Amino acid sequence: MTDIIRSPRPSPELPSRLAERELGFWLFLMSDLVIFALLFATYGVMADRVAGGPSAEELLELRRPLLETLLLLTSTLTMGIASLFWQSGKVRYPLILWLGMTLVCGGGFLYLELQELRHLLEQDAGPSRSGFLSAFFVLVGTHGLHVCLGMLWGLFMICQLLLRGLDAEVASRLQRLGSYWHLLDVVWIVIISAVYLPGAMP
Amino acid sequence: MMAPAQQERLRGYLLGFVLALLLSLVPFACVHYQWLDRFPTMATIGICAVLQVLVHLRYFLHLRLSEAKERFWLLVFTLLLIGLMVGGSLWIMWDLTDRMMGH
Repeated sequence: MTDIIRSPRPSPELPSRLAERELGFWLFLMSDLVIFALLFATYGVMADRVAGGPSAEELLELRRPLLETLLLLTSTLTMGIASLFWQSGKVRYPLILWLGMTLVCGGGFLYLELQELRHLLEQDAGPSRSGFLSAFFVLVGTHGLHVCLGMLWGLFMICQLLLRGLDAEVASRLQRLGSYWHLLDVVWIVIISAVYLPGAMP
Repeated sequence: MMAPAQQERLRGYLLGFVLALLLSLVPFACVHYQWLDRFPTMATIGICAVLQVLVHLRYFLHLRLSEAKERFWLLVFTLLLIGLMVGGSLWIMWDLTDRMMGH
């Protein structure tokens, strides 16, 4: 890997290597989906296990998740628009702008999510309160952690765009970041549909 | 400023965004305004979720059999694994709950 970074000119086999990396990263994403699926299965088993504590209906409300959904959906769109720029190759500053907007939306999402988790903790409804809350915190927290890592990755890519410019390798990394980000939104849809909406129903 | 191919893709993203937005808002509205009974509401949530996931795969991840064959089949295989593991776990655990708590 290091030899590619040091060499100023791309080697002839670079495109196929990058395609391999993108496929490998897709494999990682698939295994990540399996992790989320098992957390969903755990939540499905634990959803009614409130141990005399507060239930989903008492704790979850819809306004914040709706805002979070809108933010994450907007960030998926801005990431898509950014992808038009990194695929066309030359333009750097509009690309940084759209990536930055994606990160701002992701930051707003994380802020709301942390606010919600803190609110739950203040109500004495932390992860140790019941099986339901353990499963809820692990599922939502794992997704939030993924968003957080995606944002760090995005910041790193913006630095790399500023310092190094947009070459084939940077574009390939951005492509992988894009897939990661879009799949996180897919996981969020399932969280909304399996946790928040059924939980808020009377 | 943009090449025609890019404009085409931009249209795809915008169309995907609008579809995903609609499919997000419908279940929220259903739950908030309580238009339907419990079971039809759950069915609406489920159907909208599946459709929205498909919209994301099609318009944002460009996952088409013609263009990304390997990634497409990897996803199908992963969904098979997920179906077996999640379906199996829930089946066993819910059945166990029935047997332990039902009597």
